[in-house]
Formats: sequence, structure tokens, C-alpha cells
Amino acid sequence: MSRKVLLIEDEPNIAEAIRFLLTREGWQVETHAEGSDAVQVIQSAAPDLVILDVMLPGKNGMDILRDLRELDDMQRLPVLMLTARGQSRDREMAENAGVSRFMTKPFSNAEVLTAVRDLHAQASRA
Amino acid sequence: MRDTLTGSRIRERRQISGLRQSELAKRVGISPSYLNLIEHNRRRIGGKLLVDIAEALDVEPSLLTQGIEATLISALREAAADAVGQRAEVDGLEEFASRFPGWAGVLAQMHQRVVSLERTVETLSDRLTHDPHLAASMHEVLTTAAAIRSTASILADTQDIEIEWQDRFHKNLHQDAERLAESSKALVSYLDESDAAKTPRSVPLEEVESFFAARNYGFPELEAGGGAESIALDGLNTATARSVAQEILRWCAEDAVAIPLADLKQILAKGEPDPITLAQRFAVDIPTVLRRLAFVPEEYLTRPAGLALCDASGSVLFLKPLPGFVMPRHGEACPLWPLFTALSRPLVPVRKQIAQLGRSAAEFECHAYAWPHAVPGYDQDPAYRSIMLVRPIGEEGASALTHVGANCRVCPSRDCTSRREPSILSEGF
Repeated sequence: MSRKVLLIEDEPNIAEAIRFLLTREGWQVETHAEGSDAVQVIQSAAPDLVILDVMLPGKNGMDILRDLRELDDMQRLPVLMLTARGQSRDREMAENAGVSRFMTKPFSNAEVLTAVRDLHAQASRA
Repeated sequence: MRDTLTGSRIRERRQISGLRQSELAKRVGISPSYLNLIEHNRRRIGGKLLVDIAEALDVEPSLLTQGIEATLISALREAAADAVGQRAEVDGLEEFASRFPGWAGVLAQMHQRVVSLERTVETLSDRLTHDPHLAASMHEVLTTAAAIRSTASILADTQDIEIEWQDRFHKNLHQDAERLAESSKALVSYLDESDAAKTPRSVPLEEVESFFAARNYGFPELEAGGGAESIALDGLNTATARSVAQEILRWCAEDAVAIPLADLKQILAKGEPDPITLAQRFAVDIPTVLRRLAFVPEEYLTRPAGLALCDASGSVLFLKPLPGFVMPRHGEACPLWPLFTALSRPLVPVRKQIAQLGRSAAEFECHAYAWPHAVPGYDQDPAYRSIMLVRPIGEEGASALTHVGANCRVCPSRDCTSRREPSILSEGF
């Protein structure tokens, strides 16, 4: 069974590029571009890893992550957060919300791939 | 030189004596509105009237004209009113000031400094936290750059990429490059405008405020029938500021036609009418009246008038400030202002008396009204706006005051159900 990543990103060209990269790495990639129902989408998709943008329509990524971590079965789900806001305050907020890895835009493809591989390996070992 | 603060001292002494404006006016045989003008230092006072007022207030006339002590007492009263969790013996203020004038002076000075620092905090937090244009532009640029970097990297590094994917990514790249060019241009132009400004970086609303304040919110050209375009937009450096100012000037021109100054002057000379009555008299809507009262020459009014305008998101579009009336320019204002509560009751005129927390117990009478500013078409939701006229409480006095703060960060209210975030004041600032 292939590994599944859920990419929640409202910028279609970023979503397309990441989808292409991860698909070639053997991931099954699902995408979603809306914040308000993101928690429900994550629950029903049951991915191995989530890539989450911060600035999303309807609900921001920080709030989605906080709500996600309140759920018993979502405590350990690896979440890679992408944001254009890279101030230490934002990083701290993300860490407090329970982020697994925090990455600022513009990121390189290699960084995304490395982060996804690392997070998945850590989750598999746990 | 004429002492310009005699009126303020009379007001201070009257309040210390617990006398209403109308009672004192009656005792000395003048109208309450005339006394109001005196108390706001807008009418000279001397001779027999000064002696009569001093007698009614049980003080020496010289105390009203020289009044160092009265000024000090006023400052101490403000300090006492602003104190949180500490009740001062206000009845003993005069004795305290006369027995320990040095300590009283220190206390008054420290309080003024606290007030000044609070204002600085409000201004800085307003500017630092909220420059929505800059934040949105930066986000747009970085997001587009991320998309370009990722797509370009795929095209450059992937050897065996299918032709369909290549076409798709080339198209995306082209789209994003166009987007980046536009958003970068917008950002550079915004920053250029900031550099060109003579004053330190300001948001457009501040420029607009300065423009109207420099003209004392009066435009004789518009009163004489001129159009908004007849007003030179000197000092407005950004396109946004110019556009906002032009819209407000257009209202002023239309309002001057709808409520001619000569007619309004006659009505105001007989006393300040209720806004609804004025709207009926001139067959205009309530927003027109509220705007007109805020832009009428101050000498026609018995009390100064401030104004706030916002859209349905609560974004403040225009502010005419008033001493003691503090509202952040970009969001995060206290939701208890009638300006915002009116939005939940469109087309219902709202009148409330307000006490602004964290200030020198500033109290205002507010008239607010929300109305559909633009109707896009059939079966479509109209765009609402809300407007609020703010004036110091008149001679009728205060009753049933609603307490509002400037914003949560600098609001001392502890048990507010509308609080969004903790106050930095409670953390010992």
C-alpha cells in the first residue's frame, strides 16, 4: 500500500509542483485548498503525513493544527507547515500548536523532499 | 495676555461642587449653552459674570482666573479616576494639593506621563501590528516566489519529465512570473510612496486625518457650491490617501447642498437639535446629518464633534478625532463602540453615552447608524457601512454609561466578555 500525503495549500501552482515531486517519490498525493473543513478532510483522508499552508481561506493553518492536536488519534500525525511568515514568533506559535516541521517560503524542492522523508521515517520508527 | 483656561477652571470647580451646568447657569442668570461655551474657553469671561460665577462656586474670582491649583486638582482628579483597584480620597484633594503641592505636582506629572506612554503604546502597536497592505504584498511576493522556485527547479532538475507536464509547468511558470512582476511592482511603489513622505512612515488614514485637520475640517469652497475637485489635495502622498480624501470631500460637497450652511446655522443658533429631527427637517438620511454635524464650522456648535466611519468588516475608513476619543485605525478596536453595535442593527439609529476606559474618564455621547452603502443588484447582499458621531456629553449629564476601551492590549477592564486578548497593562507595563 502506498504512502499517502495530504497537501493543504490554496496556491494551485505550489500544490501542483509539490504533488508532482511527491508522486514521483512514490507518494499518493491528495490536495485540498480550503481551511474551514481541513480537520474533517484530514480525518477522512487518514494520510501518513500532512503538508499544511498557514494562510488558507476560511481558517488559518495554526488553528487547524491546534484543532487537529486536540483529537486523540491525531497527536502523532506528522505535519509539515509551510508559511510565508518566518518570524521567530510564528515559528514559536507553530511549535506550541504541535507542528512537526516548520518551513518558510520560498523553500527548495530538496528541502521539502528531505523533510517529508525524515518525518515519515521518524513516524515509522515510533 | 488673556488667560485662556478660565472656562476650564470654572468647569472643574463646578464639577467639584457637584453642580450641573444648567443649575449654575440658572444661578448666575445665563443660558446653559452660553455657560457651555464659556466652559470650553470659547467665550471670554470677566467682570460681574466672573464674580457671580465665583460666588456661586464659593471660590475667589482669582482662583478661576489664575487657578494653578485648580489645574493641579484637575490633573489629580484624572489620576484618581484612572487608578485601577485603588480608591483615592477625592474629597480631600484640595487639602492634599495645598498641604503638599510638591508631591501633588509629582503625582500629576507621573499620571500625565503614564497617559502619554499609553498613547504611544497604542500608536506603536497599531502601526507595527497592522499594515495590512504591506503584510498582504509580502505574502503575495513570497508565495509566488515559492511557486516559481519549485516549478523552475522541477523543470531544471527532472531529466525524464513528460511533455504534458513540461507544458503545464511552463504555463504555470509564465503565470507566476507575471504575478510576481505585478506584486513586486505594487510593493516597490508602496515602499517608494513611504520614502517620499515627509513624515515618518504613516498609513494612508493618518495622512487623510492630517489633511482634514490642517483645514480644520472646514471647506468654504464646498459651502459656496464648489465641487470636491476644487480642493487641492496637498500633503497626501499615497494614492490610497488621495482616493479616500476625494470620497470624503465628495460627501462634504453633497452634504453642503443637502443641508445648506445658512439654514443649519439658524437652527443651531436656537440650540443643538437631535440628528433625527434634523434629518426630517432637511429630508435627508441620518448619515448625511451625522457627517454634516462633524464637518460644520466649530463655532456654530456648542460642543466639538468627532466622527468615525467603518465598513461591514469593522475596518475604520475615516476618523475625525476628538480630545480623549481614541480608536485604532486598523481593526482591533473595542467592539462595544456603537459604531460596531449599529452594524448588528442596520437602519436603527443608535444613541449611547460612552465612558472610555484607560483615559481621563472621557465621556461621550455617540449617535451611530448602519446603512446599505451600495446595492449591487437584485437578490444580492448590500454592502453596509456604519457611521458614528461622537460628542462630549452635553448639559443633560451622563446616565447609563457604556464602558469601552481603546483596544484590548491597553484596556484595563478585567471582566469584559468581548476581550480578545490579555491587556499588556495587566502584565505590569
